[in-house]
Formats: sequence, structure tokens, C-alpha cells
Amino acid sequence: MPVLELRGITKTFPGVKANQDIDLTLEKGEIHALLGENGAGKTTLMNILYGLYKPDKGEILINDQKVDIEGPNDAIARGIGMVHQHFMLVPVMTVTENVMLGNETTKSGVLLDREKVTQRIREISDRYGLEVDPNAYIKDLPVGIQQRVEIIKVLYRQADILILDEPTAVLTPQEVDGLFKIIHSLIDSGKSLIFITHKLKEVLHIANRITVLRLGQVVGSAIPGEVDEQKLAEMMVGREVNLVVEKKVAQPKEAVLKVKDLHVNDERGNPAVNGLNLDVHAGEVVGVAGVQGNGQTELVYALTGLLPLKSGTIHLNGKDIHKATPRQIIEQGVAHVPEDRQKHGLVLSFPLLDNMVLCTYYKPPFAKGVNMQDRVIAENGSMLVKQFDVRTPSIFVAASTLSGGNQQKVIVAREFSRPIKLLIASQPTRGLDVGSIEYIHSRIIEKRDEGTAVLVVSSELDEIIALSDRIAVMYRGKIVDILPAGATKEHLGLLMAGVKPEDIPDSAKKKSAGPVEKVF
Amino acid sequence: MMNTKKNPEIDMRTRIAWGVVLIVVGLLVLFLFAFSTEAGQVTKFGLNEAKGEAITIPDLLLPTQPTNYVLALILIAFGAFQLARGVKSTSTLVAVLAFSFVMAFLVWAARDKSFSLVGMLSSSVVRATPIALAALCGVISERAGVTNIGIEGTMLFAAQVSVIVGTTTHNLWIALLAAILTGAAVASLHAFLVIKFKVDQIISGTAVNILGAGVTSFVSSRFLEKNIDTLNNSGTLPAFAIPLLSKIPVLGPVLFDNTPIVYLTILLVAVLHVVLFYTPWGLRTRAVGEHPKAADTLGVNVYLMRYINVMIGGMFAGLGGAYFTVGSVGRFDEVMTAGKGFIGLAAMIFGKWTPIGAYTSSLIFGFADSLQVKLQILKVGIPPEFLLMAPYIVTMIVLTGVVGKAVAPAADGQPYEK
Ligand SMILES: Nc1ncnc2c1ncn2[C@@H]1O[C@H](COP(=O)(O)OP(=O)(O)OP(=O)(O)O)[C@@H](O)[C@H]1O
Ligand SMILES: [Mg+2]
Repeated sequence: MPVLELRGITKTFPGVKANQDIDLTLEKGEIHALLGENGAGKTTLMNILYGLYKPDKGEILINDQKVDIEGPNDAIARGIGMVHQHFMLVPVMTVTENVMLGNETTKSGVLLDREKVTQRIREISDRYGLEVDPNAYIKDLPVGIQQRVEIIKVLYRQADILILDEPTAVLTPQEVDGLFKIIHSLIDSGKSLIFITHKLKEVLHIANRITVLRLGQVVGSAIPGEVDEQKLAEMMVGREVNLVVEKKVAQPKEAVLKVKDLHVNDERGNPAVNGLNLDVHAGEVVGVAGVQGNGQTELVYALTGLLPLKSGTIHLNGKDIHKATPRQIIEQGVAHVPEDRQKHGLVLSFPLLDNMVLCTYYKPPFAKGVNMQDRVIAENGSMLVKQFDVRTPSIFVAASTLSGGNQQKVIVAREFSRPIKLLIASQPTRGLDVGSIEYIHSRIIEKRDEGTAVLVVSSELDEIIALSDRIAVMYRGKIVDILPAGATKEHLGLLMAGVKPEDIPDSAKKKSAGPVEKVF
Repeated sequence: MMNTKKNPEIDMRTRIAWGVVLIVVGLLVLFLFAFSTEAGQVTKFGLNEAKGEAITIPDLLLPTQPTNYVLALILIAFGAFQLARGVKSTSTLVAVLAFSFVMAFLVWAARDKSFSLVGMLSSSVVRATPIALAALCGVISERAGVTNIGIEGTMLFAAQVSVIVGTTTHNLWIALLAAILTGAAVASLHAFLVIKFKVDQIISGTAVNILGAGVTSFVSSRFLEKNIDTLNNSGTLPAFAIPLLSKIPVLGPVLFDNTPIVYLTILLVAVLHVVLFYTPWGLRTRAVGEHPKAADTLGVNVYLMRYINVMIGGMFAGLGGAYFTVGSVGRFDEVMTAGKGFIGLAAMIFGKWTPIGAYTSSLIFGFADSLQVKLQILKVGIPPEFLLMAPYIVTMIVLTGVVGKAVAPAADGQPYEK
């Protein structure tokens, strides 16, 4: 008997059929993976189950009982818990406050009983291996820990059915391993789980069953032992997907970006980049590998003018830009695909067409003097949406209504569509489906071949290896070593863990045979 | 794109700027005050009210010139220290600067005279009351994510309604209740417009202000002025001294010998503090103002929370309106709130959106206000026009300079779309 059954769920947004007649069952103790392209309707389906949207049609059964879910309260009462794709935590509140919000425990019915909740959080932490300081403020916690808080929130409400919407998109490989352990301990205690991700390896590794959505419809299901990545990718995208990046040997030319002895403090004033040196040449891709939190974010912020330098120099095409504003840097021909797309990449409330010209709106052809050229801006928007396959009902909808992956495509479209000399891409394919990753990777290589200097920062080692001509390993704010393309994962992994270059055993440096493979 | 740049260079610049400001003010004290006094002059600060407290304490006698020298020296020394090393906390600097300068000024202005310090402090508390109520209205609305700049207009409505109700019913408590309900009603209108119809919150608030000033002025000139005794003469709520507590020297007459609205305000500050930070309601209110979507996903009704909090805020503003009429003069004059609603918003920001902070800041504004009145009486030779500006100048200085990094609730002023 399934614990959960969705029957014929249909949901239409203006201009989009987000879900069409979707059936889905979840067995007790099962990890059910939901796969699908960006905009396929995965989040929408889960939001319906959680009561955030009302379906146009269809019914939900829990333990064979038809239920009406009017809002999150009903879902919570029926034992459904959801960890959202974009976290739902109040940054200025503590872990305890976030956990109890909406379901508070009180002393004598009036005052909040923080101690009791803290106690409960500790119990949950111990039981499932979810270590977290209940008194810490969310804004001080790294994303990996924030995610634990989200899971604790769900468990605190005694959910039996857990929905995890792209939980691994923002995690480091270590954190992903930790999450999988937690998931197993949840399953062991009798919970059931719906797991959404774009990473096919993860799906094959952890799921019991896989359902694939495309354009709002179920296009198939599978059991991990019976399919491989290639097959899953094809089911998702509906065509053959090339999982290997094809590229010629790079033809590097003059240095476009020269960074010397760079020191940068993070936003809280602590040193994050400590004496970093790096050159990026026209026509090459330099990948920055490293465990998250070793100064990569601050390096990119400094290069793009978002954080001031403490000392050191940055030269772009021979020009000193260490005091330049973001706009001046953009005008020098720098494109930036930011790590946090909702914070630094988009104005969420603006329509797509305006988001497409955020860097160029004040210049011809988009403006004549102080006059915005609406027609040109709209044409530009339509063209880019088509070219980059952004799934949207129109260019006039707010960026906030797009699915996470499609928001990312909007940024990439904007940054790639103007003449640039240096491309700085931070986690460029975070949250993207395999088809889009393939597309964006090939566009990055295309830019390289046109003679653009490219700096890619990614916590996905496979992405770094697939794209880079040279790999710079960053550790504690410094580049500890620069390896040629084709370096082994072991070698990179050891450097990232802080092992000194001279201490790396030769066995780890051996080149792996076969083409470089990527993980999705 | 990002404005949270924390720059060590800027840090150093602010430090030096503070040092220079302190020294300049110190020199001002020296040249303006200390040098213009004579050696034998004495300033007397009265510490008792004339009512005859149980325990009287001796008045404070300060030799004018030496006191000014000492205060100037403190300022200059602090400035020099700031240039060389620097203290971290801005509030210490503000406190030193404000205390020394105000003290020096008072000692100078009241030289050879007697000046009732207790009288001034107690009038500060009274004058702070409407500001504080406006600030509390702002705190609770904005904590829930709704900006309400219509407090001024709300207070005017409430002030007028309460005086009319008070005059016609001859019951000031009913008048007070009427004011509170009026405040709630006006705030509900604002809430309805901005929550339901997502009207821009500043525009809606401005509309309330314009409406408030217009309608009450019209009613006043059309009806109240012609029927003073039947419509516009309510009498005022009596002050009552709290037994025992009012006998404490200095503190007694300042805090415990007041009208009900003053007591109620202090009580409300405490209650609101507890509610906001120690109850489920407060937790939800703050969550709705910071990250409404997160609250929504946990089953908190964002719209309902916002409606009710804005309405409660309106009740505070209504009480503040009553202060002007039944709380102090017993009649309504056109635009008698004189910007107190806006100063309340400044107090809210200066108090970092907390009830206690807002009240403390209101006391500062109340002090500036009553200082201005006292100085007019003392005839210090500064034109009264300039003295009248004092509270507003303090507001501007506070808002531009010393607030520092007060952070508004993240979703403040933004309509919530599911
Ligand atoms: N609130 C909304 N208003 C209008 N359209 C919406 C809204 N939410 C989602 N959509 C549309 O519904 C479709 C499905 O979106 P959904 O977020 O479910 O995709 P997804 O499968 O989760 O994609 P991703 O992997 O990129 O997160 C998209 O085309 C999206 O633009
Ligand atoms: Mg999604």
C-alpha cells in the first residue's frame, strides 16, 4: 500500500501547462527520485502536494485516504514536510526560532519555550546525525548547515513523507555524502522520501525508483539497476545528450587578466583571499577548484568590483581595475555569471526582457539618450529566450516566476550576448538539467575559441575537469598549484584537502584513461 | 549591486571624522560658553518640584566657568583619543558628545539663574509620549512588513474624534476609547489598500496624511470653531501621582506623577517588547516582516498577521492622537500634531525597530522639544524661531548621521504575493 498517491494532477499557469495529468506513487520506506528538465514542473508538483498551489484537477491520497490539502498547515498535519529549492529560513533569527515558527511550544500558553525546542532539536540532531547549533543565527551558517536546519524543521513537525527539492545543488561533495547518510537514517526510521535532483549519478546511487517529467507530463519511470546515465538523460531531454564536452586543444594568447598578490576580506571583515596570483589568457579556460569557503566567492567578488581589495593588483588588458566600479569593469568587457543568481544575477520582480539588458540598457541600441528603446529591448529579449531555450510563457513575465534552472539561463543569455573579453562564471550550471549543461558548456568552449579568456569557479570537480585547460586549486585563500588539463581527480582532491604539492604521491598524479567524463 | 562594502579605509575615515568633530565641539564650548562667562558666576539646577516631595534633596550648584572648562576639556580629550586610537562603539561617542555639549550649553544658558532640571525632565517624558506612541505604531507595523507613514494623519483623526466624543459624552475614558478605535479604523484602511490591493505603501500612507490634515481642518473650521462648548471642549484626563513611587526624589516627579496616557505608553512599551520577542505572536510577526514566504510555508497566515498588526499599530497611533486633545489641552486645533507622527518614525529607526529603543529615542526628541521651550523662557538670546527648530534638527542629525547600521525588517514595505 503506497503512503502517498497523486492522481491526475493538473496545474496551469498563465501560458504554461506546468503539470498535466500527473500520476505518482510513493511506497513506505522508498526514495523516489523525480527527474526532469528545468521547467518540467517538478517544483510545481511538489508545491501542490504541500498545499502552496491548488491543482486545477486531480486528487491526493495519503494511506489510501483521499485528502484535501488547502494549505501548508494541512500538509504538515498529514505528515508531509518539504525542503524547498530556495531555502525558507529567516536569516536574522536563530535555528531554534526558525524551527519552531508556526508550531511554537509555550510556557503556560503565553511565552515561547525556547529551551524545550532547543532540547527537541538536540534530540533530532542526535537521532539522525544532523549536527547544528540551535542558538546560531541562520545568516552565520553555511548553506550545508542551513539545509540541515530545513530538514530539522520538517522532522520537528513529525513528517513521514519528506520532499527534498534539489537538496544537493548547493552542497559540496562532502556535504552531499553527509546528506546521503542522513537520508539513509531517515529511511531506516520508516520515513519515505521524494528526492528531486539534476545529478544523474546521485539518482542512480540513492533512489529506489525514478520518475521522469518532461513539459509537465510523466514520460517514464525506471529502476536504477536497469538504466544508465545516458538513458536517463535521453528520457529527460527527449533526444540524445552528449555527456562529454568536445573541445580542441586551447590556443592561449596574451594574458587578459593578471592578478598579483591579491588580499581580500570577506563581508564580515575576515581575510578570505591571502596573496593570490593568477593569470588568465585569451583563448583558454582556467578552472578554479577548491572546497567551498576557501575564498573563491571573495576572489570573484573582488574581480567583479563587488568587494574592495585590501591589497594587491588586478590588471585587465593591461589596465589597473582595482578601484573600478562594477559598471566600469563590465564596460571593460567582463561578463559575470554570479554564484547567487537570485541575489546578484537578477532583479526578480523585473520582466525577463529587462533582466536581459541589465548591463547594457543605457547604451545604444537599447537607449537613445535618455529614451529606452522598448521595441529593441523586446526583440533582444525574444531572440535570447529562443537562442538559449529559456522556458517561459513570454518575455514579459517576472523573472521570479521562472523555474530555478531557467533563471540561470536568463543570466547566461545576458552575459554571453554582448562582446566580452573575460568571462567569469561562478557555478555556471548550478541547478541546470543535463541538456542545459551540455548547451552552456559548449557555449563556454565556443567563447574560448573566439578568443575570450574564461575563468570558471565551480565546486563540481567534474565540471572543472571537463571545461578547463588549466586547473588552479584554491586552498585557504591561495592558489596552491596549477595543473594542466587532464589532471586526475585524486591529485586535485588531495590538493583541495590541503596536502602540499610536493607531498602528492606519484600514484595520484597518473592520468586516468579514457575521455574525461562529467557528472550530472 | 551590493552595498555592504566594509572598507577599512572608510572605517579609519569615520574614526578621524569623529575625532575632529569632538575637538571642534570642544573648542566651541570653550569659545562660545566658557570664555563668555565670568569667574564668579554660578548655575543652579533645581532637583525638586515645587510640590514638596517627602524627601527633598539639595539643588545642584555648579560654578559656571569651571564646569564649562571641564566639559570642553572632556570633549577635546576624547577627540584626541579618538584621533589616536579610537573607541569602537558609536553610541559611546554620541553619548559623550551629546551629554557634554548639552550640559555645557545648559550651564551657560542658566548662569546666574535657577533652572529646574526636574521640571524639564518631566516635561521631556510628557512630550516624548505622542512621539513614542507614533514610534510604537511604526515598530509593530514595520516588524510585520508594512510601512505606515500615515501615522501623522491617523493621529489627527483620532485627536479630533476623541475631543468630539469627550465633549458630547462628558466621559474622557470613552473619548480615549474612541480615539483608539479611530486609529484602528484608519490603519485598517491603509492595511486594506496595501495588503489587498497592493497599493504602494508610501502613496497610501501619504494619502492618509493628506486626508487626515484636510478632513480634520475642514471639520474644525466648519463645526468645531463655531461650537466650542458643545463640540470642542472636552477637558483633560487628570494626572495622578502613584503612591510611594512618586515620592522618590527626581525620579518620582519625572515618571510617577503623570496623566494616564503617559503611564499607558510606558506599559505598552514593556508589553510590546515581551510580545515581540517572547511570544509566538511576536515570532510570527517578525517572520512575516523578514521573510513572508518562509512563514507562509510553515502555515502562518501572512495577510492576517499583517492586517492585525497594522491595526494594533493604528490603536497606538490613536492613543497618541488622544494625547494631543484629551491628554493635554482638551480641545482640537488644526494640524496640532505638528509632525510628531513623522518624528515618531525617526524615533523608530533610531531605536532600531525595537519598542525599548524607540521609547528611548522618543525621550531624546522629547528632551529636545522641552529644552527648546525652557530656553525661550530663559531668554538666552537665541531667536525663538531657531529654538523651535531644535526637535527637527535633532531628528535630521539623528537620521543622517548617527543611526549607523540600523537594518529595517527585510520585507518591510513589500507586498506579499503567494
Ligand atoms: N508562480 C508561477 N507563476 C507562473 N508560472 C510559474 C510559476 N511557478 C512556476 N511557473 C512555471 O511553471 C513551469 C514549471 O516550473 P517548475 O518550477 O515546477 O519547474 P522545475 O521542474 O522545478 O524546474 P527546475 O529544475 O528549473 O527547478 C515553468 O515553466 C515555470 O515558468
Ligand atoms: Mg524546481
